[in-house]
Amino acid sequence: MNKKTIKVLVPAGALGIPFDKNALINGIKQKPDLIAIDGGSTDSGPYYLGSGKSKYSYSATKRDWSILMEMRAKTKVPLLIGTAGTCGTKTSVEWMLKITKEIAKENKEKLKIVTLKTDLSNKFVLEKYKTGKIKPLEGAPKINEDIINNCTNIVALAGVEQIQKAINTNADIIIAGRSTDTAIIASLPIYHGLNIASAWHGAKIAECGALATNNPNSGVVLLEFDHNGFTITPMCKNTKATPQTVFAHMLYENADPYILLEPGGCLDVSNAKYKKHKKNSVRVEGSKWYNKKPYTLKIEGARLVGFQTISIVLIRDPKYIESIDKWIDKLKNSFYRKIKNSILVDVQLELRKIGKDATLGNLEPISTDINEVAIMAIFTANNQEKANDSAKLLNPDLLHLALKKNEPMPTFAFPFSPPEIDKGPLFEFCFHHVIEIDNPKDFFQLQFHKT
Amino acid sequence: MKTLSKITKYIRSKNAGPFWVTVDLFFKDKDSFFYACKNISNEEVSNILKIKRNHLKRFDIENLKVIKFSFPRKNIQGSRLDRDMHGASFAILFEKLSV
Repeated sequence: MNKKTIKVLVPAGALGIPFDKNALINGIKQKPDLIAIDGGSTDSGPYYLGSGKSKYSYSATKRDWSILMEMRAKTKVPLLIGTAGTCGTKTSVEWMLKITKEIAKENKEKLKIVTLKTDLSNKFVLEKYKTGKIKPLEGAPKINEDIINNCTNIVALAGVEQIQKAINTNADIIIAGRSTDTAIIASLPIYHGLNIASAWHGAKIAECGALATNNPNSGVVLLEFDHNGFTITPMCKNTKATPQTVFAHMLYENADPYILLEPGGCLDVSNAKYKKHKKNSVRVEGSKWYNKKPYTLKIEGARLVGFQTISIVLIRDPKYIESIDKWIDKLKNSFYRKIKNSILVDVQLELRKIGKDATLGNLEPISTDINEVAIMAIFTANNQEKANDSAKLLNPDLLHLALKKNEPMPTFAFPFSPPEIDKGPLFEFCFHHVIEIDNPKDFFQLQFHKT
Repeated sequence: MKTLSKITKYIRSKNAGPFWVTVDLFFKDKDSFFYACKNISNEEVSNILKIKRNHLKRFDIENLKVIKFSFPRKNIQGSRLDRDMHGASFAILFEKLSV
């Protein structure tokens, strides 16, 4: 049965980000049709997708999720998480499922849970690549067969078609793998035949929770969708959404503030009108949605590119600070001389000057007098042992390398023992691409679970 | 000549996915916004970022008194040579810019 309005409650920008519990209780009183929260994105870097792990701890995630499960039990509407466990791979979906089952068991709750995994096998992606079904987006890196084969994880970002299918199972809890931040919110209003453009637009505005209001840390917002537009209302006391705070959210983390590419089409908010509504809400109408054929899903992948070890040494001697670039060149020369003709010959060394230009590198416009500088030596090798061995090889130089032959042997400050730290695997994002598919509704499999 | 830090409320830079960075300049008032619209040259912005001019996207958004610049990042977020995962410090380069 189609409803004329759909209310979606968004508790926070992501599970793990603080939210105001009273605001959440207020939100529940508004009788939402769905509670939807995002579980991650690529924002925290390639390690999570590369390793299939979550950024947040098991215990912190369990604590926050149990509050949302408690709220769900009060409303009996579905609770949906997209991009579970930061990266949304099958392992992180399983991790989230384990947490959910554990909470249900502790509360003696009988639940129907559905999981949606959005992983793609390297073989499948390779086939699609060979048949020209993988298309680059603007600014995409070059890809080839090796890169695809070396990915430790590849996921597609689920759209509304796939999320709707999970919602339609009447599950109490839906744990979805990688999904667009917006699809988890837009699915239900679109399913009920409400304004498609406004569903996507409202979803985009609320994807970071209360970031689109004057009190970002309060987390909770309520979206009401209908045939003409959407209304956003913050659920925390003394919190306001204004036309400015709402429109300004289109800027956040978006390369283009007007056009948003989504699975199956694109959203254009160029002509949207943002109006103050009641005391602290904003009403938005006038965005446009364009279907695109063939249907595409964005893909993400991370590949293992090496293993790293880092060493840090602190330089306080003004003579050395003054000649830091010379000293660094000397260190490098010494290192490359030592690894020549050895098993370490392919190790890459990078020396960054913390306190001088470690952040901006060759873009740094300012040079000021400094008291000290830390040299961070980063060793990258094709296994951890080689990265460690290289750091050990440079250790005596980091401690004692003299600028001039005839000066007394200097000693620099090591902040800890040993000065080398295993940094572990290094992953790299490798897709800014979409994949063309012809069966959007059945593209992913659902799994059913009971507690 | 005015530095951007004098005529903006704040300047924010942030990764927009792993392959792009976006910078939002929030101006103090309409006058500052229009002054900047006229006087910030894309060429100069490309120069401080050391990127090709045709890689720079620019949006002058009057309603918000915002000028937005987006550009593909030289090193993919979190890759070996990346120094600033979230592109947080690009904002500093804009603060010093004279217009």
